[in-house]
Amino acid sequence: MNLDFNEAEDILRNMARDFMEKEFPKKLVRELEDDPTGYSPEVWAKMAELGWMGLLIPEKYGGIEGSFMQLVVLLEEMGRACFVGPYFSTTLCTMAILDAGTEEQKSRFLPQIAEGKLKMAFAFTEPQARFEASGIALKATPEGNDFVLDGIKLFVQDARAADDFLCVGRTSSAQDPREGISLFVVDARSPGITLTPLITMAYDHQCEILFQGVRVPGGNLVGGRDEGWPIVERLLAKAAVAKCAEMNGGAEWVVGASVAYAKERIQYGKPIGSYQAIQHYLADMWTDVGLAKRMTYYAAWKIDQGLPFDMEASIAKAWVTEVYKHVSRMGIQIHGALGTTRDHDMGLYFQRARQGAVLFGDPDFHREKVARFMGL
Amino acid sequence: MDFNLTPAQEALKREFEEFFSELEKSAPPNHTAKIDYCYEHEDAWAFHREVGRKLGRKGWLSLPWPKEYGGKGLGQIEQLIFQEIRAYHRIPGFDPGPVVAAAGVLERGTEEQKKKWLPLIASGETTWCEGWSEPNSGSDLASITATTGYEDGNDWVINGQKVWTTGAHRCSHMILLARTDPKAPKHQGITYFLTPIKDMPGIEVRPILRMYRGHSFNEVFFDNFRIPKENIIGEVHKGWYVLMAGMDFERTGVAFVAETRRDFDELIEFVRENGFDGRSPAEAAVVRHRLAQCLIELETWRQWAYYVAWLQSKGEHVPGESSAVKRFGSELMVKVSQVGLETLGLYGPLKEGSKWARLQGRFEYACQHDLGMTIAGGTTEVQKNIIAWMELGLPRK
Repeated sequence: MNLDFNEAEDILRNMARDFMEKEFPKKLVRELEDDPTGYSPEVWAKMAELGWMGLLIPEKYGGIEGSFMQLVVLLEEMGRACFVGPYFSTTLCTMAILDAGTEEQKSRFLPQIAEGKLKMAFAFTEPQARFEASGIALKATPEGNDFVLDGIKLFVQDARAADDFLCVGRTSSAQDPREGISLFVVDARSPGITLTPLITMAYDHQCEILFQGVRVPGGNLVGGRDEGWPIVERLLAKAAVAKCAEMNGGAEWVVGASVAYAKERIQYGKPIGSYQAIQHYLADMWTDVGLAKRMTYYAAWKIDQGLPFDMEASIAKAWVTEVYKHVSRMGIQIHGALGTTRDHDMGLYFQRARQGAVLFGDPDFHREKVARFMGL
Repeated sequence: MDFNLTPAQEALKREFEEFFSELEKSAPPNHTAKIDYCYEHEDAWAFHREVGRKLGRKGWLSLPWPKEYGGKGLGQIEQLIFQEIRAYHRIPGFDPGPVVAAAGVLERGTEEQKKKWLPLIASGETTWCEGWSEPNSGSDLASITATTGYEDGNDWVINGQKVWTTGAHRCSHMILLARTDPKAPKHQGITYFLTPIKDMPGIEVRPILRMYRGHSFNEVFFDNFRIPKENIIGEVHKGWYVLMAGMDFERTGVAFVAETRRDFDELIEFVRENGFDGRSPAEAAVVRHRLAQCLIELETWRQWAYYVAWLQSKGEHVPGESSAVKRFGSELMVKVSQVGLETLGLYGPLKEGSKWARLQGRFEYACQHDLGMTIAGGTTEVQKNIIAWMELGLPRK
């Protein structure tokens, strides 16, 4: 047993923290909130140089062949910095291509992703707003060697920054909603695509994507036709763990900032951190975030080992979400009125906690999954 | 990171698993790892003693002690595995002796004391209670003044009163803290004694019943009770530091994780088997989700316990992490026992032994018994203070 990070992970964490502090100040976070594409090309290029776009990509496709645990480390730092950009989205799509793509597809997409030239968005959810197969209605009709896509994708993050979408559609309808689902890489500039930006509380650059007779070459089908659901399921579970890492990073920032503030803010002649009520809030916050991190690391380790991890992913997402929501709320309580303002950073974390909660399954969704794992 | 055990640890785990699952087969039906229950029931006490001696013969009460004092020289992780498997199989046989008393002796005892006490503790022939709390000294343990000692020849003479002394009516020995220098600052006038108490003159044990009628707590009165000087561990008046030195011994509480998990697993089995005369108690999503939330927190607690053991195995002093595991785990035990009681509906409150009692009334017992978990060994509030002061560096004044 060794529950410490290894040297490579420590180096990555230090590098990422320095990078974010230098290149990604909160000023940039706020500027990008209203930016149409939602990313900084300069920062993106520097991240690509560091190899982060190819973190999970094998060396033969130009990546650095890192582990999921390394991704966890990087995402923690991104969560801490409130990083804005299509990194999470592109990484998700990368995982799907790695998991189910053909050799030709891997050679076509992965080197470009690793170089930072190809940004992708995961077009999965629809107006039914669920993370289950029954929520997929977008039609993908075969026509010659192509497929024609008609329907709506909703809540798609980073769609306007993306060059390609990884789109989940229905190629046939069956009794079981898990059958008949297929994945496609769709060129974002294809005719018939209409993007409508959606403004969210975390300004995380979501879009509605309207597909009207969008032609996709058959060579862009990822995985077997009608057999896409297991790929999506694996991807969603990994996405949940990855999102946990990002949220843990944010939650940890909140605890650190709140402890620091409690030591310097004087009321009734003493730092507010000397009052037991505040001390106990902070002790609970620190404990809960510590537990959240360990559960996330356990799930990440299982992913790296190739062990079943679905249950751990759901346990982590349910717990981490509740922790981040609570911690970010209490962080504002400790900061008083200051914490509720646009000027203070605490609000950015509060917003991300609530946005992250509903992505890749909210706590109720994951509790239900855990209940099913338990045989209930 | 690597969550795998080493091949040697895996082999040890299999050995524990075989032994404890076999032992479980011959155990009395109400057997439990909850030591208070053993103090409360004759048959459970008899089983506790029988197991304690068996563990002593196998050398399993002293796994992490150095070999020269009868230990196996193993680490915190091995001890963790032992405690987890033992408790999951509801096997008792382990009291504060091998952890608390032994830690004091190992950390601060003389060579002579180590040779005297450690084999005795390791043998499983002695049983140990903690003479710590007093009527006016609970969380503020260092303030004890009700139990005092003065020197008389080769002995110290103890007078006064202890309270909440768990198992004093059963145990052969006590780890006793007494005020020996009333003039010194509170942490500097306490002495740490190890003493036999069974059938000794000058000591009287009176029961305090718990709300569920169990007798695990006691008041203990000392009237010119004599302890030879050689039974003082560490220096006279410096007993507080002996106590603190032992605090890094085993603080994960993994046995509590495992015993709670076992009860919970049986509850889930009962629910899955539609235990209400063919009806499931978990038809409603709200019940299923409450149970799922318990599992989420139990798994998370377990991960944290392993993490604390890992840090301790590296020799790190981790007051924040170990306070966190105690606070989180004890609060969770209260929560899970309450959820268990509620999930069982009308069956929930039926006591062990009643016709129609389900799961041996374990949740009826646990939801009352486990209230003590968030109080004993440092209340939830004290744990939070420790985290705030020692981990987060918040000002004490």
